[in-house]
Amino acid sequence: MARSESQGPAVTASSRIGLALFWIYVLLYGGFIGLVLFRPDLLSRRPFGGVNLAIAYGMGLIAGAFVLAIIYMAACRVVDRPGPPRT
Amino acid sequence: MLYESSPVAIAIFAAFVLSVIGLSFYLGRKGQSAQGYYAAHGEIHWFVNGIAFAGDYLSAASFLGICGMIAFNGYDGFLYSIGFLAGWIVALFVIAEPIKALGKFTFADALDSRFNSRGIKLAVAISTLVVSIFYLIPQMVGAGDLIVPLLGLPHTAGVILVGVAVTMIVVTAGMVSTTWVQFIKGSLLVVFCGILAAMILNRGLVVGSGPAANLTPQVRTVTRDGTVLIDGVRQSKDHDLRPVGTLKALPERYAGKNATGPLRPLEYLSVLEDSTIVTWSSAKHTDDAGTHTTFTPVERKGSDLLKPGGYFRGLTTGKLADRLDFASLMLALFCGTASLPHILIRYYTVKDAAAARKSTVVGIAAIGAFYVLTLYLGLGAMTSAALDPTSTNMAAPLLAKSFSTTLFAIISAIAFTTVLGTVSGLIMAGSGAVAHDLVENVCGIPLTDHEKVRCGKIAAVGLGIIAMVLGVLFHSFNVSFLVGWAFNIAASANLPALVMLLFWPRTTKQGIVAAVTVGMVSSLAWILLSADTFEKVYGWSRETSIVPFSQPGLVTIPLGFLVLVVVSLLTPPTKAPRRHG
Repeated sequence: MARSESQGPAVTASSRIGLALFWIYVLLYGGFIGLVLFRPDLLSRRPFGGVNLAIAYGMGLIAGAFVLAIIYMAACRVVDRPGPPRT
Repeated sequence: MLYESSPVAIAIFAAFVLSVIGLSFYLGRKGQSAQGYYAAHGEIHWFVNGIAFAGDYLSAASFLGICGMIAFNGYDGFLYSIGFLAGWIVALFVIAEPIKALGKFTFADALDSRFNSRGIKLAVAISTLVVSIFYLIPQMVGAGDLIVPLLGLPHTAGVILVGVAVTMIVVTAGMVSTTWVQFIKGSLLVVFCGILAAMILNRGLVVGSGPAANLTPQVRTVTRDGTVLIDGVRQSKDHDLRPVGTLKALPERYAGKNATGPLRPLEYLSVLEDSTIVTWSSAKHTDDAGTHTTFTPVERKGSDLLKPGGYFRGLTTGKLADRLDFASLMLALFCGTASLPHILIRYYTVKDAAAARKSTVVGIAAIGAFYVLTLYLGLGAMTSAALDPTSTNMAAPLLAKSFSTTLFAIISAIAFTTVLGTVSGLIMAGSGAVAHDLVENVCGIPLTDHEKVRCGKIAAVGLGIIAMVLGVLFHSFNVSFLVGWAFNIAASANLPALVMLLFWPRTTKQGIVAAVTVGMVSSLAWILLSADTFEKVYGWSRETSIVPFSQPGLVTIPLGFLVLVVVSLLTPPTKAPRRHG
């Protein structure tokens, strides 16, 4: 794992990907909490016909966590793959 | 409500518990060395570890507490599910790989990896013990609640039973048996909750009939001499509280019908949203005759129950303090998972950082699936006409009972193993903190490999006894509510130090000690001075509380970061970091 000494012991290529995905999820989670706190009326609406936005967003956050985890796994596999031997 | 135990239930329960304890004795020979006892030799397969993560994490709060909260209050219980799962994002993307690389047995190992500081070990060991004990309380309360209907024994008996069983599991083989108990529990929990959710969907929604459809208020009185009266008459099997939680009316498209028949998952939620449901509120008052609790039916639209505000009433009042309280809880749930010592030590049981990462992804899949299922379990219980109005924690087992006694026995036994799995993980974390951090590293008492294991086992017995005492003292609390406290303390004490150690090279040992200490003490003090504690623990008026809202995380987590930065900048930097991994 390539490690940057100036940025702390945990900063590797895979951790940079992890941090990027982390901030994406923070935005999604923060958006949800913001709606609950300030616009709960929007969560009662049914934009997709069946279930309301509160249920859809909540389930989306759970499913989204898994999707991001899979993306992270795939990205780390590429990053961790050893490069071609130097000549 | 009075419960009658059935021989089938007792047999299934006994089979589960004896199997788990038998497995522990079988695995006992693998946990004789310190590396084996505390970290299972780092040889656990990543998939097993991932499911064990689920087994470790899906505690009584997740299973009993969230189902109960959804069954009694609607959507707000699901907010706990969302927050609990979101915390795994921090664990996977920020913590998993570094913690594996930095630590050996305990959380203190990781935080102290660059410094070799007794101060860090002491502060982190105490924080580990405090968090573990706060997390133990709801598990023991949940165990006690389960034993009442399952075996017909008092709450205290359940607490003692789980305390003894867990102590045996931990003492026999440490992390090896703990891992396998958690693996079995995690698998059973997800599979059987899936089966139960499928049965709910297959049954569909049914308009209530029988005793639960009687919507007159009920009064339970506990007299000064301890006698229980129901509507003024002594409680007995023939005169008991009626079960509650019914569907009053289906949507118009089902006019003339009293049942929907089987429904698809999203269709179930959609139909429920358009239905009318009867939930029950409770109000307590005390006079010369004793304490009276009045349970009153409340007719509500499904659409009101499937939006936020049923439990977190402050979301609808518009009061700033109430909103901050909710935001604080959700922040603590998000930050707390990756700060729980019993979760973090599970990263030491796999061989490398890649395995740590993969096991976290498996954990997220299992835990996420479970939390989606809890929504159906909670809503199924809400309309099952089987709820005990005196106990929110019994919603899931009583939902199972509405299908069959055998399923009730299986679900209760799984719930009990749920408690066993989580409590054994907590006691492992606590015993490691005592033996490895406090005795060996802080007190400087040299221990041989064998002595370190023996010391951990003695600590496990002590923690088991503490857990039993606390489980009896806090018996009337909702377990999810109690777990919120543990998450707040963990996130405030541990996360700032862990994150800054990993990502800010200027972090000093004094900064870490200060952040852990201030985070732990401030969050603990905040909880003890909060309105919830004033009302539910001390029995005082909420209005006399000192802090503006009950959940401390919104203040104490940033405070931990701030203290670490300030103290680190005021102290000399560490010259030659000792690096691992």
